[in-house]
Amino acid sequence: MNAPLLIPQRPGPLWLLAEVTYRCPLHCAFCYNPVDFTQAGPELSTDDWLKVIRQARELGAAQFGISGGEPLLRDDIEILVAEARQLGFYTNLITSGVGLTEARLAALKAAGLDHIQLSFQDATREANDLITNTRTFDLKRKVAAMTKAAGYPTVINCVLHRSNIDHLDRIIEMAVEIGAEYLELANTQYHGWAFLNRQSLMPTEAQLAEAEAVTERWRQRLGKTMRILFVTPDYQSKKPKKCMNGWGEVFLSVTPDGLALPCHTARMLPGLEFPDVREHDIDWIWHESPLFNRFRGTAWLPETCQSCDEKDNDHGGCRCQAFMLTGDAGATDPVCPKSPDHALIEAALADAERSADVKPLVFRDPKNSKALGRAF
Amino acid sequence: MTPSLARPRINRLFRFQWEPAQQAHVLLYPEGMVKLNQSAGEILKRCDGSTSVAEIVADLESAFNASNLAADVDAFLIMADAQNWITWSET
Ligand code: SF4
Ligand code: SF4
Repeated sequence: MNAPLLIPQRPGPLWLLAEVTYRCPLHCAFCYNPVDFTQAGPELSTDDWLKVIRQARELGAAQFGISGGEPLLRDDIEILVAEARQLGFYTNLITSGVGLTEARLAALKAAGLDHIQLSFQDATREANDLITNTRTFDLKRKVAAMTKAAGYPTVINCVLHRSNIDHLDRIIEMAVEIGAEYLELANTQYHGWAFLNRQSLMPTEAQLAEAEAVTERWRQRLGKTMRILFVTPDYQSKKPKKCMNGWGEVFLSVTPDGLALPCHTARMLPGLEFPDVREHDIDWIWHESPLFNRFRGTAWLPETCQSCDEKDNDHGGCRCQAFMLTGDAGATDPVCPKSPDHALIEAALADAERSADVKPLVFRDPKNSKALGRAF
Repeated sequence: MTPSLARPRINRLFRFQWEPAQQAHVLLYPEGMVKLNQSAGEILKRCDGSTSVAEIVADLESAFNASNLAADVDAFLIMADAQNWITWSET
């Protein structure tokens, strides 16, 4: 008899990100949601989500994130958190804080919510309200105090862009004031609305260098009391990133209307069929669906990447970025200097250097979404 | 060296649990998961904030019928402390 054949099994997803709604009380011009979010189908029901959560956990997923839109606009996230937690997931809520009352926080805590990430747009009321186009700043401070009192570590995410990056010193100071343990400074990634507004959001090289210097000064001063993560923008770093740690390797995202994606922005890619979680189980979606296999591994990479030593580290970069810039989702990410399309990045960077002529921001709201009617 | 009467506990930012899919103990935290080998799992299982380092060593030695584990446990706890996985209860 032959030795039994061992078929190596691909691991399941580690992460399940539930984007439970595209509705949002804020109107951030840097939002990564698709511009045409108003054309999405009806939202999944509570039972649909519970089924997704159970199936992903069975495949070994251990991290459960709830985001949106603003997830607090749904009244069933307590139920989803409770089920996920009881199944052994580590549960994360990613929220702007709008809609988080004492009562809801208590209910989420009772459901076993492990972690809250609060997004802050800026430290000064004027700039905060300008970029989100609403008056929400005071509320955010209140919410931060409330979650802290409930025993959650204060974890703040702040998206940096051309019009708030010069306030970084004040942003960090404010994070210290409210007792944050962790501050993530994420430079805008140009997807969805952020791509639409790229010209108005992209900082100059000098602004970025200053921001890094400010961050470094605060790091020296704060030591272990507050960790600061500074995420460099792809465009400026010129280093393609292995998107979501590899297509179909660890990450599974589900849209409000039930499409399973290997990355939360992949919905914009053309010519792909996005499996619906109401029609297929997560096991099939993860292992068998054409979508999750389309850019898995490195065999599909174009010639530029095939002959490059970096291909196992970055898998040729971000598929959405490649598509938005070149029209070909299978191209080498143009942020890579070896990409034949890299001139597009250089042109965008050069454009950011001129001082005048910055276009007005287009805010993310249903009216603009319907009027524009395209993905980015 | 960790003081042998100190009592380690898992940092509240992390959750320690058995993962059937990994067939291993893991630490879960907001950004991801650390998969632990068997001895790391056995040590952390005992870090409950009321058991001292000396008691953890004695317990492991009897459970695994081994001796002289103090140095290994110590080295692991120093590393775990540096990673922020554990905190210490007052002695
Ligand atoms: S980025 Fe702003 S507009 Fe977009 S979902 Fe988040 S809070 Fe809402
Ligand atoms: S050529 Fe391709 S594999 Fe090489 S660094 Fe650029 S994107 Fe990565």
